[in-house]
Amino acid sequence: MILDETARPLLDIRALRKNFGAVEILKGVDLAVRPKEVVSIIGSSGSGKTTLLRCVNLLEEFQGGDIILDGETIGYKTAGGKRVRLRDAELSRQRAMTGMVFQSFNLFPHLTAAGNVMLGLRKVKKMGKDEAFAIAEKWLSRVGLGARLNHYPSQLSGGQQQRVAIARALAMNPKLVLLDEVTSALDPELVQEVLTTIKGIADDGATLLIVTHEMRFAREVSDRIVFMEQGRIAEEGTPEVIFGEGRSQRLNEFLKSSRH
Amino acid sequence: MNYTLHFGAVWASFDHLLGGLAIGLGLAVAAVAIGTLIGLLSAFASVSHSRLLRAISGTYVLLIRNIPLLVLVLLVYFALPATGIRLDKYESFIGSLALYAGAYLTEVFRAGLLSVPKGIVEAGRAIGLTRLQTNLYVVAPVMLRNSLPSLGNTFIGMFKDSSIAAAIAIPELTFEARKINVDTFRVVETWSVASGLYIAACFTIAALLRMLERRFPKF
Amino acid sequence: MDAFLAQLWIARWPIFDGFLMTIGISVGAIVFGTILGCIVGIQLVFGSFLVKLPFRLYVDIMRGTPLLVLILAAFYVPAVLGLSLSAPQAGTLALGLFAGAHIGELVRGSLQAIPPGQIEAGRAIGLRFPQILANVLLPQALRTALPPWINTGVELIKGSSLLSMIGVGELLLKTQEVIGRNFMTIQFYVFAGILYLVVNIALDLLGKSLERRLGARL
Ligand SMILES: Nc1ncnc2c1ncn2[C@@H]1O[C@H](COP(=O)(O)OP(=O)(O)OP(=O)(O)O)[C@@H](O)[C@H]1O
Ligand SMILES: [Mg+2]
Repeated sequence: MILDETARPLLDIRALRKNFGAVEILKGVDLAVRPKEVVSIIGSSGSGKTTLLRCVNLLEEFQGGDIILDGETIGYKTAGGKRVRLRDAELSRQRAMTGMVFQSFNLFPHLTAAGNVMLGLRKVKKMGKDEAFAIAEKWLSRVGLGARLNHYPSQLSGGQQQRVAIARALAMNPKLVLLDEVTSALDPELVQEVLTTIKGIADDGATLLIVTHEMRFAREVSDRIVFMEQGRIAEEGTPEVIFGEGRSQRLNEFLKSSRH
Repeated sequence: MNYTLHFGAVWASFDHLLGGLAIGLGLAVAAVAIGTLIGLLSAFASVSHSRLLRAISGTYVLLIRNIPLLVLVLLVYFALPATGIRLDKYESFIGSLALYAGAYLTEVFRAGLLSVPKGIVEAGRAIGLTRLQTNLYVVAPVMLRNSLPSLGNTFIGMFKDSSIAAAIAIPELTFEARKINVDTFRVVETWSVASGLYIAACFTIAALLRMLERRFPKF
Repeated sequence: MDAFLAQLWIARWPIFDGFLMTIGISVGAIVFGTILGCIVGIQLVFGSFLVKLPFRLYVDIMRGTPLLVLILAAFYVPAVLGLSLSAPQAGTLALGLFAGAHIGELVRGSLQAIPPGQIEAGRAIGLRFPQILANVLLPQALRTALPPWINTGVELIKGSSLLSMIGVGELLLKTQEVIGRNFMTIQFYVFAGILYLVVNIALDLLGKSLERRLGARL
């Protein structure tokens, strides 16, 4: 992938701080993602990777710093010198600009595969039924589920469910897609179909921010790797640098411990 | 113990019993319909962030569940006129039974709400649905499907409780049965037929509910 | 308020009597219903098909019939069969039969929840079936059945108010009599409601604390 190094970042996270109660989980994270870039976040359990993604998708409140998405500061505004959380309708509008794929799929159990993809199109984008269905069909075919449109989640395998979830996120035409360990809940034999799907989407030019424990996949798909440790970004660089011979001691230890 | 069964007198009034059964079912349907609305509001209140709403819902359930339905029925029927609200006995009974059903349904729906996985709520928010839209299109359908069996049981319970309308002279099944009992003194026949009708109705409703449950996909 | 308190003072003994009657009948019914329910539950699990049948029938009839119908039937039927029961006796019988069916189902459910290995373990140490039942199964079953059993008690106290319709002088009937004299409808119905509330909430709390204590031991 050829990236325009000078382009304005699509996602710009500045000095992000987040705490749960008295515990600080994110201790000032700076991270920029350029359009069409694929960035993978790695790091040990509890280092704050999920929390970071959830902040970007505004599923969590955060206490300091800014998140700027395509030039718009999201989640908070300053009113009378004070930082205030935006209203629900605003948050919803901003959330619709990012897609999120969860570790546990989280498909709507009462809706078919097509229904899952269509809900956001109908209710958020206010599309008509036919238009929404056409888009759902397109995306479900794209993830290899064109023959499963009318299946309910309970009638699909884990890998298929996760691909529906990917279609659901992408059908909204988000500027940025967040993926949080999307293969961790899958049986080993189902992992590859999902990774292949993601690789295809990356090749199509989507901007992806991926949290993963699949080092080989991260190396293959990413333009850049970010290594998180205890709520901070400890190192970042191209896959060649991060996984290369000259890597640092702590990164070496992490990679060794994460190899199954 | 010289009692010979003669169902003739009871059959002669069978249409009254059937009419009474229909009234009982009507009372239960109306009460559960209103009670479902009350129960839904109260259940959402019981899981809301507002301490006040939670307290209101909790107090409502606590009060209603621990007071006999008959006391509630009599209180509403005889006491409401004193406050200037005039209801006929049907409206008054349906109101009482709906309040009663609402308390039970609060717990049914509350359990249903707590059984909705947090993940699908977040998935709804993540695609840009507002809080209200998420409740409407994601939480409510899943919760209602999960609550269907208990909702059905509550309906059967309320149908049986519609017998208490006899206390304010609504001519439902129990009232009619007592009338036949007093008129004819075919005691055993009257009560076995009345009980048989209730049982048959309960089993029919239960069977219909199971069919309904099967028609909707299980989660 | 003062007028109400004055009337309440005048009516204190009838209401107290009614309250005692409510408690007495409920206690009688729960004792009767519990003994009956244990027998029913055991037969529903361990009885042969022919034994199960009448018990199943009994439970389904009781659970498909409104309590008020049971009460009216218990009031009118025995007399024509040559059995003379007073109204409180008939009422206690109806409530007890009702409770027996519900408790029977509770006992059945909790007996069936006990892993079959328990019976085998009992056999292995040489116990005969009645001994296994008494020493192994019932103690476990009664523990899980306790919270819903308490709830049955609450239902009985509430249900006993229906006995006012067959002239049993329990709390509700006494309240109605008092209202007939002083016409303070709202006040006295509310007062009766509060008495029911207090007893039932106390029972409920008792149940919860027992549940916690048992939960800690299991
Ligand atoms: N809702 C919460 N309340 C309190 N603490 C939380 C909450 N969510 C996460 N944490 C804490 O925040 C820290 C970071 O969690 P996070 O889930 O972001 O880690 P992670 O890097 O995604 O780990 P993993 O690789 O195990 O998924 C952990 O210590 C976790 O215990
Ligand atoms: Mg995580």
